[in-house]
Amino acid sequence: MCGIVGLHLREPALEPRLGELLTAMLGQVVERGPDSAGVAVYGDPRLSPPGRAAVSLLGVTPADAEAALPGTTAVAADVTTVVHADLSVAALLAAVADALPRATVIGSGTDMAVLKGTGNPVELAESFGLANVTGWQGVGHTRMATESAVTPEGAHPFSVGPGQCLVHNGSFANHATIRRELRAQGVEFDSENDSEVGARFVAHQLSEGADPEKALRLLCERFDGFYTLLVSTSDSFAIVRDAIACKPALVAETDAWVAMASEYRALDVLPGIENARIFEPEPEEVYVWRR
Amino acid sequence: MATLIDLAETPVRELNQALHTPSTATWRILNPRGAHAVACGIREDLAVEVEGHVGYYCAGMNQHATVTVHGNAGTGVAENMMSGTVRVRGNASQSAGATAHGGLLVIDGDAAARCGISMKGVDIVVGGNVGHMSAFMGQAGRLVVCGDAGDALGDSLYEARIYVRGTVKSLGADCVEKEMRPEHHAELAELLKAAERDEDPADFRRYGSARELYHFDVDNTAAY
Repeated sequence: MCGIVGLHLREPALEPRLGELLTAMLGQVVERGPDSAGVAVYGDPRLSPPGRAAVSLLGVTPADAEAALPGTTAVAADVTTVVHADLSVAALLAAVADALPRATVIGSGTDMAVLKGTGNPVELAESFGLANVTGWQGVGHTRMATESAVTPEGAHPFSVGPGQCLVHNGSFANHATIRRELRAQGVEFDSENDSEVGARFVAHQLSEGADPEKALRLLCERFDGFYTLLVSTSDSFAIVRDAIACKPALVAETDAWVAMASEYRALDVLPGIENARIFEPEPEEVYVWRR
Repeated sequence: MATLIDLAETPVRELNQALHTPSTATWRILNPRGAHAVACGIREDLAVEVEGHVGYYCAGMNQHATVTVHGNAGTGVAENMMSGTVRVRGNASQSAGATAHGGLLVIDGDAAARCGISMKGVDIVVGGNVGHMSAFMGQAGRLVVCGDAGDALGDSLYEARIYVRGTVKSLGADCVEKEMRPEHHAELAELLKAAERDEDPADFRRYGSARELYHFDVDNTAAY
């Protein structure tokens, strides 16, 4: 199974409520993925202050991160540590790789933080302090593991490029082949997870100059298997489903926001849902909303 | 006097238990808010009005009751229905009427993929469009589509009959267009009337099984 929720705000007045709304949405898809969860939030001033680079890490405590990286600030969110500094993203990633070689980078960017953990998603949201998060965009995922172990690293979102994020409901059949091809082109992987291959593929296409729409079209051509994907960047929010479209997806749209979820009940918590345009994304059609 | 049940206060399990030993013939259900399995397993001639959007498997296994959803329905509405009527005023998600043996399912809006998958005798009337692979492996019953049909309509069809008023994106394996004879116009007129629709049966085309997939063909002997 797995559950997906995503919220892209158009109305700035709702930005203080991003975390509260995302928490409520996540709480409605717990049964779809009770073993672990993760979120990505765009624009929270505590996790990713404006003008600073933020890197999300697993496998290191905030105290150890600050000690190893002088001049940085570390924020704890369950087992995730978000480190931010007055550096470029590339410089902060290089400093992390140098000083904390055993930490796993689960997200990086100037305006995004990724928080992951294992256990009940509602308890995790509490542990993340998600209800107090603010910003313009958030995605969340509840995982029912099928292709790899239940670990914080195996939780979604997979964020492998600056400000980029992918969540997946389904399973890719030919991920090992594509992983091998990407490795041959110099792409490095953190896990044996099938969804990570999707995220690396999209990041690779984006880095080669494709826009999100083209990257997801190419993914449809190359990947076999079942997928509903929600792919976000700092200025876009995109959805695609495989040709069979058995993994659910529902979109609701108002002048104030665009939201996507695996099931309607996760959209019902949003303000103004009674007047939203609600539709199911068509198979192999790429939907992109821009900020 | 309808029994009023507010799902903001009453769990779905209690609602369904009450519907299985009903004290009244008419029921009104408020605040479904996408809940799963609303009004499932009813065995009596009740009238149930659901005021809002429902989640998966609404009115599943229905017998005799008339369940109306004033909103959209999630995956598998009226799955395995045996008799009665289920009406969705909005749209239905995938696998509407899956494996249903009897009764009438009416969807006023669109139905998503696999509408009527493995239908075994149910009648389904969709006011709008149906998604890909609708009536997949349909064994018996009728599917009426007043709008358009998606890819692979009637794939691997057995004996279900399909009527489509709009365009068909593509036909599935072993599904072919067939002649509309007087008895087909007559049964379609009855189905449209039962669904309270005013389309003209003359505007529909009929599709059915070519019966080449499920009959043994001696030319294929070498494949066994």
